[in-house]
Amino acid sequence: MHFLITQVLNGLVSGMILFLTAAGLSLIFGLMNVVNVAHGSFFMLGAFVGLSVQQFTGSFWAALLLAPLPALLLGAVMERVFIRPLYRRGHLDQVLLTFGFTFVFVDAVRWLWGSGISSVSVPPVLDGIVRLGGIVVPKYRLFLIFVGLLLALVLWLVIERTRLGAMVRASVDDAPTAEGMGINVPLLQSSVFAAGVGIAALGGAVAAPIIGVYTGMDIEILIPAFIVVVIGGMGSLSGAFFGSVFVGLADTLGRSYLPGLSLFLVYVVMIVVLLTRPAGLFVARRS
Amino acid sequence: MTRFAPLAAAALLALAPAVLGNYGIGLLTECLIFAIFAMSLDLLIGYTGLLSFGHAAFFGLSAYAVVTLNVHLGVNGWLGLGAGIVLSTMFAVLVGAVSIRVSGIAFLMVTLAFAQLVFSAALKWRDVTGGTDGLGGLVRPRLFGSSLDNRVTMFYLAFACLVASVWALRRLVAAPLGSVFIGIKENAARMHALGYKVQRFRLLSFTIAGAFAGLAGGLYGLFNGYISTDALNWSVSGDVVIMVILGGAGTIVGPAIGAAIFLVMKDVVSSWTDHWMFLIGAVFIACVMVLPQGVWGAVLQVTGRRR
Repeated sequence: MHFLITQVLNGLVSGMILFLTAAGLSLIFGLMNVVNVAHGSFFMLGAFVGLSVQQFTGSFWAALLLAPLPALLLGAVMERVFIRPLYRRGHLDQVLLTFGFTFVFVDAVRWLWGSGISSVSVPPVLDGIVRLGGIVVPKYRLFLIFVGLLLALVLWLVIERTRLGAMVRASVDDAPTAEGMGINVPLLQSSVFAAGVGIAALGGAVAAPIIGVYTGMDIEILIPAFIVVVIGGMGSLSGAFFGSVFVGLADTLGRSYLPGLSLFLVYVVMIVVLLTRPAGLFVARRS
Repeated sequence: MTRFAPLAAAALLALAPAVLGNYGIGLLTECLIFAIFAMSLDLLIGYTGLLSFGHAAFFGLSAYAVVTLNVHLGVNGWLGLGAGIVLSTMFAVLVGAVSIRVSGIAFLMVTLAFAQLVFSAALKWRDVTGGTDGLGGLVRPRLFGSSLDNRVTMFYLAFACLVASVWALRRLVAAPLGSVFIGIKENAARMHALGYKVQRFRLLSFTIAGAFAGLAGGLYGLFNGYISTDALNWSVSGDVVIMVILGGAGTIVGPAIGAAIFLVMKDVVSSWTDHWMFLIGAVFIACVMVLPQGVWGAVLQVTGRRR
Protein backbone atom coordinates (compact mmCIF):
# COMPACT_ATOMS: atom_id res chain seq x y z
CA MET A 1 0.00 0.00 0.00
CA HIS A 2 2.81 2.37 0.93
CA PHE A 3 4.48 1.47 -2.32
CA LEU A 4 1.36 2.37 -4.26
CA ILE A 5 1.01 5.73 -2.52
CA THR A 6 4.67 6.50 -3.17
CA GLN A 7 4.21 5.63 -6.82
CA VAL A 8 1.09 7.78 -7.06
CA LEU A 9 3.06 10.70 -5.59
CA ASN A 10 5.86 10.12 -8.10
CA GLY A 11 3.28 9.97 -10.86
CA LEU A 12 1.89 13.32 -9.71
CA VAL A 13 5.38 14.80 -9.73
CA SER A 14 6.04 13.73 -13.29
CA GLY A 15 2.53 14.88 -14.17
CA MET A 16 3.29 18.36 -12.82
CA ILE A 17 6.57 18.50 -14.76
CA LEU A 18 4.60 17.57 -17.85
CA PHE A 19 1.95 20.16 -17.13
CA LEU A 20 4.52 22.95 -17.02
CA THR A 21 5.44 22.10 -20.60
CA ALA A 22 2.05 21.05 -21.90
CA ALA A 23 0.24 24.16 -20.61
CA GLY A 24 2.15 26.50 -22.93
CA LEU A 25 2.04 24.04 -25.80
CA SER A 26 -1.72 23.82 -25.52
CA LEU A 27 -2.32 27.57 -25.10
CA ILE A 28 -0.07 28.41 -28.04
CA PHE A 29 -1.98 25.97 -30.18
CA GLY A 30 -5.32 27.27 -28.95
CA LEU A 31 -4.55 30.91 -29.58
CA MET A 32 -2.39 30.74 -32.68
CA ASN A 33 -3.00 27.35 -34.20
CA VAL A 34 0.76 26.94 -33.98
CA VAL A 35 2.10 23.51 -33.16
CA ASN A 36 5.36 24.38 -31.47
CA VAL A 37 7.64 21.36 -31.87
CA ALA A 38 10.46 23.43 -30.35
CA HIS A 39 8.59 23.64 -27.04
CA GLY A 40 10.74 20.97 -25.42
CA SER A 41 13.81 22.95 -26.45
CA PHE A 42 12.70 25.83 -24.24
CA PHE A 43 12.23 23.39 -21.36
CA MET A 44 15.83 22.31 -21.90
CA LEU A 45 17.04 25.89 -22.25
CA GLY A 46 15.39 26.81 -18.94
CA ALA A 47 17.11 23.92 -17.19
CA PHE A 48 20.54 24.92 -18.51
CA VAL A 49 20.09 28.63 -17.78
CA GLY A 50 18.91 27.73 -14.27
CA LEU A 51 21.98 25.54 -13.83
CA SER A 52 24.31 28.36 -14.81
CA VAL A 53 22.55 30.94 -12.66
CA GLN A 54 22.76 28.62 -9.68
CA GLN A 55 26.44 27.94 -10.27
CA PHE A 56 27.10 31.66 -10.59
CA THR A 57 24.99 33.04 -7.76
CA GLY A 58 24.67 29.95 -5.60
CA SER A 59 20.97 30.64 -5.24
CA PHE A 60 18.32 28.19 -6.37
CA TRP A 61 15.64 30.87 -6.14
CA ALA A 62 17.58 33.22 -8.39
CA ALA A 63 17.84 30.35 -10.87
CA LEU A 64 14.06 29.84 -10.85
CA LEU A 65 13.51 33.56 -11.26
CA LEU A 66 15.97 34.10 -14.10
CA ALA A 67 15.59 30.81 -16.02
CA PRO A 68 12.49 31.88 -17.98
CA LEU A 69 13.98 35.21 -19.14
CA PRO A 70 16.10 34.04 -22.11
CA ALA A 71 13.23 31.81 -23.22
CA LEU A 72 10.77 34.73 -23.03
CA LEU A 73 13.06 36.83 -25.16
CA LEU A 74 13.91 34.14 -27.69
CA GLY A 75 10.27 33.09 -27.86
CA ALA A 76 9.14 36.63 -28.67
CA VAL A 77 11.80 36.96 -31.37
CA MET A 78 11.03 33.54 -32.81
CA GLU A 79 7.32 34.32 -33.02
CA ARG A 80 7.85 37.74 -34.60
CA VAL A 81 10.55 36.89 -37.09
CA PHE A 82 9.90 33.30 -38.06
CA ILE A 83 6.44 32.07 -37.16
CA ARG A 84 4.41 35.17 -38.05
CA PRO A 85 5.17 35.06 -41.79
CA LEU A 86 3.92 31.47 -41.79
CA TYR A 87 0.48 32.02 -40.24
CA ARG A 88 -1.16 31.95 -43.64
CA ARG A 89 0.45 28.69 -44.61
CA GLY A 90 -1.13 26.33 -42.10
CA HIS A 91 -0.11 23.88 -39.43
CA LEU A 92 2.29 21.67 -41.25
CA ASP A 93 4.71 24.39 -42.28
CA GLN A 94 4.86 25.56 -38.67
CA VAL A 95 5.58 22.00 -37.58
CA LEU A 96 8.43 21.88 -40.06
CA LEU A 97 9.75 25.30 -39.08
CA THR A 98 9.75 24.65 -35.34
CA PHE A 99 11.17 21.19 -35.98
CA GLY A 100 14.14 22.92 -37.63
CA PHE A 101 14.51 24.99 -34.47
CA THR A 102 14.88 21.86 -32.31
CA PHE A 103 18.11 21.11 -34.20
CA VAL A 104 19.40 24.64 -33.77
CA PHE A 105 18.54 24.76 -30.07
CA VAL A 106 20.01 21.41 -29.12
CA ASP A 107 23.24 22.22 -30.91
CA ALA A 108 23.45 25.73 -29.46
CA VAL A 109 22.99 24.31 -25.96
CA ARG A 110 25.67 21.70 -26.60
CA TRP A 111 27.91 24.48 -27.83
CA LEU A 112 27.42 26.66 -24.77
CA TRP A 113 27.23 24.04 -22.03
CA GLY A 114 28.75 20.86 -23.44
CA SER A 115 26.94 17.56 -23.69
CA GLY A 116 27.48 16.07 -20.23
CA ILE A 117 24.81 15.45 -17.62
CA SER A 118 24.74 17.91 -14.73
CA SER A 119 22.83 17.67 -11.53
CA VAL A 120 21.29 20.55 -9.64
CA SER A 121 21.12 20.56 -5.86
CA VAL A 122 17.98 21.67 -4.06
CA PRO A 123 18.11 24.58 -1.59
CA PRO A 124 18.59 23.57 2.07
CA VAL A 125 15.04 24.46 3.01
CA LEU A 126 13.67 21.93 0.54
CA ASP A 127 16.30 19.30 1.20
CA GLY A 128 15.41 16.22 3.17
CA ILE A 129 12.20 14.34 3.70
CA VAL A 130 8.88 14.59 5.45
CA ARG A 131 6.89 11.69 6.84
CA LEU A 132 3.24 11.58 5.89
CA GLY A 133 1.66 8.83 7.97
CA GLY A 134 4.59 6.48 7.64
CA ILE A 135 5.32 7.34 4.04
CA VAL A 136 8.63 8.99 3.36
CA VAL A 137 8.38 11.80 0.84
CA PRO A 138 11.26 14.01 -0.30
CA LYS A 139 10.37 17.63 0.41
CA TYR A 140 11.37 18.73 -3.05
CA ARG A 141 8.80 16.46 -4.68
CA LEU A 142 6.06 18.01 -2.59
CA PHE A 143 7.37 21.43 -3.57
CA LEU A 144 7.17 20.47 -7.24
CA ILE A 145 3.58 19.30 -6.90
CA PHE A 146 2.84 22.60 -5.16
CA VAL A 147 4.47 24.60 -7.97
CA GLY A 148 2.44 22.72 -10.60
CA LEU A 149 -0.84 23.26 -8.74
CA LEU A 150 -0.02 26.91 -8.10
CA LEU A 151 0.76 27.51 -11.75
CA ALA A 152 -2.44 25.77 -12.82
CA LEU A 153 -4.39 28.01 -10.43
CA VAL A 154 -2.65 31.20 -11.55
CA LEU A 155 -3.14 30.39 -15.23
CA TRP A 156 -6.77 29.55 -14.64
CA LEU A 157 -7.34 32.80 -12.74
CA VAL A 158 -5.59 34.85 -15.41
CA ILE A 159 -7.47 33.26 -18.27
CA GLU A 160 -10.91 33.02 -16.68
CA ARG A 161 -10.97 35.99 -14.31
CA THR A 162 -9.00 38.86 -15.80
CA ARG A 163 -9.53 41.29 -18.63
CA LEU A 164 -6.36 40.03 -20.28
CA GLY A 165 -7.69 36.48 -20.08
CA ALA A 166 -10.98 37.54 -21.59
CA MET A 167 -9.05 39.07 -24.50
CA VAL A 168 -7.10 35.85 -24.94
CA ARG A 169 -10.28 33.77 -24.86
CA ALA A 170 -11.96 36.09 -27.35
CA SER A 171 -9.02 35.78 -29.73
CA VAL A 172 -9.01 32.00 -29.39
CA ASP A 173 -12.68 31.82 -30.27
CA ASP A 174 -12.68 34.25 -33.14
CA ALA A 175 -9.54 36.25 -33.91
CA PRO A 176 -10.96 38.48 -36.70
CA THR A 177 -13.92 39.56 -34.58
CA ALA A 178 -11.68 40.12 -31.56
CA GLU A 179 -9.47 42.30 -33.74
CA GLY A 180 -12.53 44.20 -34.90
CA MET A 181 -13.41 44.88 -31.26
CA GLY A 182 -10.08 46.66 -30.86
CA ILE A 183 -8.01 43.86 -29.37
CA ASN A 184 -4.42 43.86 -30.54
CA VAL A 185 -4.37 40.20 -31.53
CA PRO A 186 -0.83 40.08 -32.98
CA LEU A 187 0.59 41.53 -29.75
CA LEU A 188 -1.48 39.06 -27.76
CA GLN A 189 -0.15 36.19 -29.86
CA SER A 190 3.46 37.23 -29.34
CA SER A 191 2.85 37.56 -25.62
CA VAL A 192 1.16 34.19 -25.27
CA PHE A 193 3.89 32.50 -27.27
CA ALA A 194 6.61 34.11 -25.12
CA ALA A 195 4.73 33.33 -21.92
CA GLY A 196 4.11 29.74 -23.00
CA VAL A 197 7.75 29.00 -23.73
CA GLY A 198 8.73 30.95 -20.60
CA ILE A 199 6.61 28.62 -18.48
CA ALA A 200 8.25 25.64 -20.18
CA ALA A 201 11.66 27.11 -19.30
CA LEU A 202 10.55 27.54 -15.69
CA GLY A 203 9.45 23.92 -15.82
CA GLY A 204 12.90 22.86 -16.96
CA ALA A 205 14.57 24.78 -14.15
CA VAL A 206 12.23 23.49 -11.45
CA ALA A 207 12.42 19.90 -12.73
CA ALA A 208 16.24 19.95 -12.97
CA PRO A 209 16.95 18.70 -9.41
CA ILE A 210 14.82 15.61 -10.13
CA ILE A 211 15.57 14.72 -13.75
CA GLY A 212 18.99 16.35 -14.19
CA VAL A 213 20.19 18.69 -16.92
CA TYR A 214 21.31 17.23 -20.25
CA THR A 215 20.88 17.68 -23.99
CA GLY A 216 18.18 15.28 -25.07
CA MET A 217 15.81 16.30 -22.28
CA ASP A 218 14.07 18.42 -24.90
CA ILE A 219 12.73 15.43 -26.80
CA GLU A 220 12.15 13.41 -23.66
CA ILE A 221 9.66 16.01 -22.45
CA LEU A 222 8.30 16.96 -25.88
CA ILE A 223 6.84 13.62 -26.91
CA PRO A 224 4.91 13.00 -23.66
CA ALA A 225 3.85 16.66 -23.60
CA PHE A 226 2.44 16.23 -27.09
CA ILE A 227 0.63 13.11 -25.97
CA VAL A 228 -0.83 15.09 -23.07
CA VAL A 229 -2.05 17.84 -25.36
CA VAL A 230 -3.51 15.34 -27.79
CA ILE A 231 -5.28 13.40 -25.04
CA GLY A 232 -6.38 16.53 -23.20
CA GLY A 233 -7.48 18.43 -26.25
CA MET A 234 -5.48 21.06 -28.11
CA GLY A 235 -6.01 24.53 -26.69
CA SER A 236 -7.58 23.46 -23.43
CA LEU A 237 -5.86 24.40 -20.17
CA SER A 238 -7.89 22.02 -18.02
CA GLY A 239 -7.27 19.33 -20.64
CA ALA A 240 -3.55 19.92 -20.35
CA PHE A 241 -3.79 19.66 -16.57
CA PHE A 242 -5.82 16.47 -16.36
CA GLY A 243 -3.99 15.01 -19.33
CA SER A 244 -0.65 15.63 -17.60
CA VAL A 245 -1.80 14.00 -14.37
CA PHE A 246 -3.18 11.07 -16.35
CA VAL A 247 -0.04 10.51 -18.44
CA GLY A 248 2.24 11.06 -15.42
CA LEU A 249 0.33 8.47 -13.38
CA ALA A 250 -0.06 6.00 -16.25
CA ASP A 251 3.63 6.16 -17.06
CA THR A 252 4.87 5.90 -13.45
CA LEU A 253 2.45 3.17 -12.41
CA GLY A 254 3.06 1.37 -15.68
CA ARG A 255 6.78 1.36 -15.01
CA SER A 256 6.38 -0.24 -11.59
CA TYR A 257 3.51 -2.65 -12.23
CA LEU A 258 3.90 -3.53 -15.90
CA PRO A 259 7.59 -3.11 -16.62
CA GLY A 260 8.19 -3.79 -20.27
CA LEU A 261 4.79 -2.45 -21.19
CA SER A 262 5.05 1.05 -19.77
CA LEU A 263 6.24 2.54 -23.04
CA PHE A 264 3.46 0.83 -24.97
CA LEU A 265 0.76 1.86 -22.56
CA VAL A 266 0.97 5.61 -23.14
CA TYR A 267 1.21 5.33 -26.91
CA VAL A 268 -1.68 2.91 -27.11
CA VAL A 269 -3.79 5.20 -24.95
CA MET A 270 -3.00 8.07 -27.28
CA ILE A 271 -3.87 6.14 -30.42
CA VAL A 272 -7.16 5.00 -28.93
CA VAL A 273 -8.05 8.51 -27.76
CA LEU A 274 -7.18 10.03 -31.13
CA LEU A 275 -9.37 7.54 -32.90
CA THR A 276 -12.35 7.66 -30.59
CA ARG A 277 -12.28 11.25 -29.34
CA PRO A 278 -10.15 13.16 -31.84
CA ALA A 279 -10.89 16.45 -30.10
CA GLY A 280 -9.47 15.15 -26.81
CA LEU A 281 -10.89 13.65 -23.63
CA PHE A 282 -11.17 16.91 -21.74
CA VAL A 283 -12.29 19.25 -24.46
CA ALA A 284 -12.50 22.95 -23.74
CA ARG A 285 -16.05 24.10 -23.43
CA ARG A 286 -17.16 26.06 -26.43
CA SER A 287 -20.04 28.42 -26.76
CA MET B 1 18.33 18.65 -74.25
CA THR B 2 16.19 18.31 -71.13
CA ARG B 3 14.92 14.98 -72.39
CA PHE B 4 18.39 13.52 -72.06
CA ALA B 5 19.16 15.14 -68.73
CA PRO B 6 17.86 12.23 -66.60
CA LEU B 7 19.83 9.75 -68.72
CA ALA B 8 22.96 11.86 -68.41
CA ALA B 9 22.50 12.12 -64.64
CA ALA B 10 22.01 8.36 -64.35
CA ALA B 11 25.07 7.67 -66.50
CA LEU B 12 27.17 10.05 -64.46
CA LEU B 13 26.02 8.35 -61.25
CA ALA B 14 26.72 4.90 -62.73
CA LEU B 15 30.30 5.93 -63.50
CA ALA B 16 30.89 7.41 -60.04
CA PRO B 17 32.52 4.28 -58.49
CA ALA B 18 35.30 4.57 -61.09
CA VAL B 19 36.49 7.85 -59.59
CA LEU B 20 35.46 7.52 -55.95
CA GLY B 21 37.38 5.74 -53.21
CA ASN B 22 35.90 3.09 -50.95
CA TYR B 23 34.62 5.69 -48.51
CA GLY B 24 33.03 7.81 -51.21
CA ILE B 25 31.27 4.78 -52.68
CA GLY B 26 29.90 3.89 -49.25
CA LEU B 27 28.57 7.42 -48.70
CA LEU B 28 27.04 7.51 -52.17
CA THR B 29 25.37 4.12 -51.61
CA GLU B 30 23.85 5.44 -48.40
CA CYS B 31 22.59 8.47 -50.35
CA LEU B 32 20.94 6.19 -52.92
CA ILE B 33 19.23 4.11 -50.22
CA PHE B 34 17.93 7.16 -48.38
CA ALA B 35 16.88 8.64 -51.72
CA ILE B 36 14.47 5.71 -52.14
CA PHE B 37 13.30 6.19 -48.56
CA ALA B 38 12.72 9.94 -49.07
CA MET B 39 10.90 9.39 -52.37
CA SER B 40 8.54 6.94 -50.69
CA LEU B 41 7.64 9.58 -48.11
CA ASP B 42 7.17 12.15 -50.88
CA LEU B 43 4.25 10.08 -52.14
CA LEU B 44 2.57 10.85 -48.81
CA ILE B 45 3.71 14.43 -48.15
CA GLY B 46 3.99 15.78 -51.68
CA TYR B 47 1.21 13.94 -53.45
CA THR B 48 -1.41 12.77 -50.98
CA GLY B 49 -1.00 15.53 -48.40
CA LEU B 50 -0.29 13.26 -45.44
CA LEU B 51 2.56 14.41 -43.18
CA SER B 52 3.73 11.18 -41.60
CA PHE B 53 6.16 11.47 -38.73
CA GLY B 54 6.62 7.74 -38.32
CA HIS B 55 8.02 6.65 -41.63
CA ALA B 56 11.12 5.15 -39.97
CA ALA B 57 8.91 2.29 -38.75
CA PHE B 58 8.63 0.78 -42.24
CA PHE B 59 12.28 1.41 -43.01
CA GLY B 60 13.48 -0.06 -39.72
CA LEU B 61 11.09 -3.02 -39.75
CA SER B 62 12.41 -4.18 -43.10
CA ALA B 63 16.05 -3.62 -42.11
CA TYR B 64 15.44 -5.66 -38.96
CA ALA B 65 13.79 -8.41 -41.01
CA VAL B 66 16.85 -8.74 -43.27
CA VAL B 67 19.39 -8.83 -40.43
CA THR B 68 17.52 -10.88 -37.82
CA LEU B 69 16.30 -13.52 -40.30
CA ASN B 70 19.83 -13.99 -41.57
CA VAL B 71 21.65 -13.92 -38.24
CA HIS B 72 19.21 -16.06 -36.25
CA LEU B 73 17.81 -18.37 -38.90
CA GLY B 74 20.38 -18.22 -41.67
CA VAL B 75 17.82 -16.95 -44.17
CA ASN B 76 19.42 -15.73 -47.39
CA GLY B 77 19.63 -11.94 -47.67
CA TRP B 78 17.56 -11.78 -50.87
CA LEU B 79 14.77 -13.72 -49.23
CA GLY B 80 15.15 -11.45 -46.22
CA LEU B 81 14.81 -8.39 -48.45
CA GLY B 82 11.60 -9.83 -49.91
CA ALA B 83 10.31 -10.67 -46.44
CA GLY B 84 11.20 -7.18 -45.23
CA ILE B 85 9.28 -5.50 -48.03
CA VAL B 86 6.25 -7.75 -47.46
CA LEU B 87 6.39 -7.11 -43.72
CA SER B 88 6.63 -3.33 -44.16
CA THR B 89 3.81 -3.34 -46.69
CA MET B 90 1.54 -5.33 -44.40
CA PHE B 91 2.38 -3.14 -41.44
CA ALA B 92 1.67 -0.08 -43.60
CA VAL B 93 -1.80 -1.45 -44.34
CA LEU B 94 -2.43 -1.79 -40.62
CA VAL B 95 -0.99 1.59 -39.58
CA GLY B 96 -2.56 3.31 -42.58
CA ALA B 97 -6.01 1.87 -41.93
CA VAL B 98 -5.92 3.26 -38.40
CA SER B 99 -4.19 6.59 -38.94
CA ILE B 100 -6.00 7.88 -42.03
CA ARG B 101 -9.11 8.13 -39.88
CA VAL B 102 -7.65 11.37 -38.55
CA SER B 103 -5.86 14.15 -40.40
CA GLY B 104 -3.40 16.99 -39.94
CA ILE B 105 -1.62 17.12 -36.59
CA ALA B 106 -3.50 14.10 -35.27
CA PHE B 107 -2.30 12.06 -38.25
CA LEU B 108 1.25 13.16 -37.51
CA MET B 109 0.89 12.10 -33.88
CA VAL B 110 -0.69 8.71 -34.62
CA THR B 111 2.02 7.79 -37.13
CA LEU B 112 4.65 8.93 -34.63
CA ALA B 113 3.00 6.82 -31.92
CA PHE B 114 3.00 3.71 -34.11
CA ALA B 115 6.66 4.24 -34.95
CA GLN B 116 7.42 4.63 -31.25
CA LEU B 117 5.57 1.37 -30.57
CA VAL B 118 7.82 -0.43 -33.06
CA PHE B 119 10.83 1.32 -31.53
CA SER B 120 9.83 0.20 -28.02
CA ALA B 121 9.25 -3.34 -29.25
CA ALA B 122 12.74 -3.48 -30.78
CA LEU B 123 14.14 -2.03 -27.57
CA LYS B 124 12.44 -4.60 -25.33
CA TRP B 125 12.73 -7.73 -27.48
CA ARG B 126 16.44 -7.99 -26.78
CA ASP B 127 16.76 -11.73 -27.51
CA VAL B 128 15.97 -11.13 -31.14
CA THR B 129 16.94 -7.53 -31.80
CA GLY B 130 19.87 -7.01 -29.45
CA GLY B 131 18.15 -3.87 -28.10
CA THR B 132 20.27 -0.74 -28.15
CA ASP B 133 23.47 -2.76 -28.70
CA GLY B 134 22.06 -3.90 -32.00
CA LEU B 135 22.65 -7.04 -33.96
CA GLY B 136 25.50 -7.61 -36.39
CA GLY B 137 27.09 -10.44 -38.31
CA LEU B 138 24.92 -10.48 -41.42
CA VAL B 139 26.28 -12.75 -44.15
CA ARG B 140 25.67 -10.78 -47.32
CA PRO B 141 24.26 -12.64 -50.33
CA ARG B 142 25.86 -12.70 -53.79
CA LEU B 143 24.76 -10.81 -56.88
CA PHE B 144 25.84 -12.24 -60.26
CA GLY B 145 28.68 -14.09 -58.61
CA SER B 146 29.98 -11.07 -56.71
CA SER B 147 29.33 -10.79 -52.99
CA LEU B 148 27.58 -7.68 -51.70
CA ASP B 149 30.57 -7.41 -49.35
CA ASN B 150 32.13 -5.73 -52.34
CA ARG B 151 31.25 -2.03 -52.02
CA VAL B 152 30.96 -1.56 -55.76
CA THR B 153 28.48 -4.44 -56.11
CA MET B 154 26.43 -3.02 -53.25
CA PHE B 155 26.52 0.38 -54.93
CA TYR B 156 25.14 -0.99 -58.20
CA LEU B 157 22.40 -2.88 -56.38
CA ALA B 158 21.29 0.35 -54.67
CA PHE B 159 21.68 2.22 -57.95
CA ALA B 160 19.48 -0.26 -59.83
CA CYS B 161 16.85 -0.12 -57.08
CA LEU B 162 16.88 3.70 -57.15
CA VAL B 163 16.50 3.86 -60.92
CA ALA B 164 13.65 1.35 -60.78
CA SER B 165 11.98 3.28 -57.94
CA VAL B 166 12.28 6.63 -59.70
CA TRP B 167 10.82 5.09 -62.84
CA ALA B 168 7.98 3.36 -60.99
CA LEU B 169 7.06 6.34 -58.82
CA ARG B 170 7.17 8.81 -61.71
CA ARG B 171 4.95 6.49 -63.74
CA LEU B 172 2.63 6.22 -60.76
CA VAL B 173 2.22 9.95 -60.18
CA ALA B 174 1.82 10.63 -63.91
CA ALA B 175 -0.89 7.98 -64.13
CA PRO B 176 -4.56 8.68 -63.33
CA LEU B 177 -3.93 7.23 -59.87
CA GLY B 178 -1.35 9.97 -59.23
CA SER B 179 -3.89 12.59 -60.24
CA VAL B 180 -6.33 11.15 -57.72
CA PHE B 181 -3.67 11.41 -54.98
CA ILE B 182 -2.94 15.03 -55.91
CA GLY B 183 -6.65 15.74 -56.00
CA ILE B 184 -6.98 14.40 -52.46
CA LYS B 185 -4.12 16.60 -51.33
CA GLU B 186 -5.58 19.72 -52.93
CA ASN B 187 -9.22 19.21 -51.99
CA ALA B 188 -10.33 15.97 -50.38
CA ALA B 189 -13.94 17.10 -50.02
CA ARG B 190 -14.25 17.78 -53.72
CA MET B 191 -12.70 14.43 -54.60
CA HIS B 192 -15.23 12.81 -52.33
CA ALA B 193 -18.03 14.70 -54.04
CA LEU B 194 -16.70 13.53 -57.39
CA GLY B 195 -17.30 9.99 -56.21
CA TYR B 196 -13.77 8.92 -55.30
CA LYS B 197 -13.40 6.75 -52.23
CA VAL B 198 -10.91 9.12 -50.64
CA GLN B 199 -10.03 6.90 -47.68
CA ARG B 200 -9.26 3.92 -49.92
CA PHE B 201 -6.90 5.99 -52.02
CA ARG B 202 -5.22 7.40 -48.92
CA LEU B 203 -4.69 3.86 -47.65
CA LEU B 204 -3.35 2.79 -51.03
CA SER B 205 -0.90 5.68 -51.05
CA PHE B 206 0.19 4.89 -47.50
CA THR B 207 0.70 1.23 -48.40
CA ILE B 208 2.75 1.95 -51.52
CA ALA B 209 4.88 4.40 -49.52
CA GLY B 210 5.38 1.72 -46.86
CA ALA B 211 6.45 -0.80 -49.50
CA PHE B 212 9.10 1.52 -50.95
CA ALA B 213 10.29 2.46 -47.46
CA GLY B 214 10.60 -1.30 -46.87
CA LEU B 215 12.74 -1.64 -50.00
CA ALA B 216 15.01 1.15 -48.75
CA GLY B 217 15.18 -0.36 -45.26
CA GLY B 218 15.99 -3.83 -46.58
CA LEU B 219 18.79 -2.42 -48.70
CA TYR B 220 20.05 -0.54 -45.68
CA GLY B 221 20.16 -3.80 -43.72
CA LEU B 222 22.16 -5.47 -46.51
CA PHE B 223 24.43 -2.43 -46.82
CA ASN B 224 25.14 -2.04 -43.11
CA GLY B 225 25.16 -5.71 -42.13
CA TYR B 226 24.17 -4.46 -38.70
CA ILE B 227 21.01 -3.08 -37.20
CA SER B 228 20.19 -1.28 -33.96
CA THR B 229 17.25 0.66 -32.57
CA ASP B 230 18.86 3.79 -34.04
CA ALA B 231 17.24 2.85 -37.37
CA LEU B 232 13.81 3.10 -35.73
CA ASN B 233 14.48 6.24 -33.76
CA TRP B 234 11.96 9.04 -34.20
CA SER B 235 14.83 11.23 -35.42
CA VAL B 236 15.12 9.03 -38.54
CA SER B 237 11.50 9.88 -39.31
CA GLY B 238 12.41 13.53 -38.76
CA ASP B 239 15.51 13.36 -40.95
CA VAL B 240 13.58 11.91 -43.87
CA VAL B 241 10.94 14.65 -43.57
CA ILE B 242 13.77 17.18 -43.81
CA MET B 243 15.14 15.42 -46.90
CA VAL B 244 11.74 15.59 -48.62
CA ILE B 245 11.14 19.28 -47.85
CA LEU B 246 14.72 20.30 -48.60
CA GLY B 247 14.68 18.60 -51.99
CA GLY B 248 11.14 19.62 -52.86
CA ALA B 249 7.94 17.80 -51.91
CA GLY B 250 5.79 16.65 -54.79
CA THR B 251 8.59 16.21 -57.30
CA ILE B 252 9.80 12.59 -56.64
CA VAL B 253 13.32 13.45 -57.85
CA GLY B 254 13.59 16.37 -55.42
CA PRO B 255 13.50 14.28 -52.23
CA ALA B 256 16.18 12.00 -53.70
CA ILE B 257 18.35 15.10 -54.18
CA GLY B 258 17.34 16.27 -50.69
CA ALA B 259 18.58 12.96 -49.26
CA ALA B 260 21.93 13.42 -50.96
CA ILE B 261 22.23 17.04 -49.81
CA PHE B 262 21.36 16.05 -46.25
CA LEU B 263 23.78 13.11 -46.01
CA VAL B 264 26.68 14.75 -47.83
CA MET B 265 26.25 17.92 -45.79
CA LYS B 266 26.18 15.87 -42.58
CA ASP B 267 29.32 14.02 -43.68
CA VAL B 268 31.26 17.08 -44.82
CA VAL B 269 30.23 19.41 -42.01
CA SER B 270 30.78 16.88 -39.25
CA SER B 271 34.35 16.38 -40.49
CA TRP B 272 35.30 19.96 -39.60
CA THR B 273 32.89 20.83 -36.80
CA ASP B 274 30.74 19.00 -34.27
CA HIS B 275 27.94 21.41 -34.92
CA TRP B 276 26.42 20.05 -38.09
CA MET B 277 22.99 19.92 -36.44
CA PHE B 278 23.01 23.69 -36.06
CA LEU B 279 23.74 24.08 -39.72
CA ILE B 280 21.20 21.55 -40.95
CA GLY B 281 18.60 23.15 -38.66
CA ALA B 282 19.39 26.63 -39.97
CA VAL B 283 19.37 25.48 -43.59
CA PHE B 284 16.06 23.73 -43.04
CA ILE B 285 14.51 26.79 -41.36
CA ALA B 286 15.67 28.96 -44.26
CA CYS B 287 14.23 26.44 -46.70
CA VAL B 288 10.81 26.40 -45.00
CA MET B 289 10.78 30.22 -44.81
CA VAL B 290 11.98 31.28 -48.25
CA LEU B 291 12.12 28.14 -50.41
CA PRO B 292 9.06 26.07 -49.47
CA GLN B 293 9.08 24.40 -52.88
CA GLY B 294 12.51 22.96 -52.12
CA VAL B 295 15.72 22.95 -54.12
CA TRP B 296 14.46 20.82 -56.99
CA GLY B 297 11.08 22.56 -56.96
CA ALA B 298 12.89 25.87 -57.45
CA VAL B 299 14.94 24.43 -60.31
CA LEU B 300 11.76 23.22 -62.01
CA GLN B 301 10.19 26.65 -61.51
CA VAL B 302 13.16 28.46 -63.00
CA THR B 303 13.41 26.15 -65.98
CA GLY B 304 9.65 26.49 -66.40
CA ARG B 305 8.86 22.79 -66.41
CA ARG B 306 5.78 21.24 -64.92
CA ARG B 307 6.37 18.69 -62.24
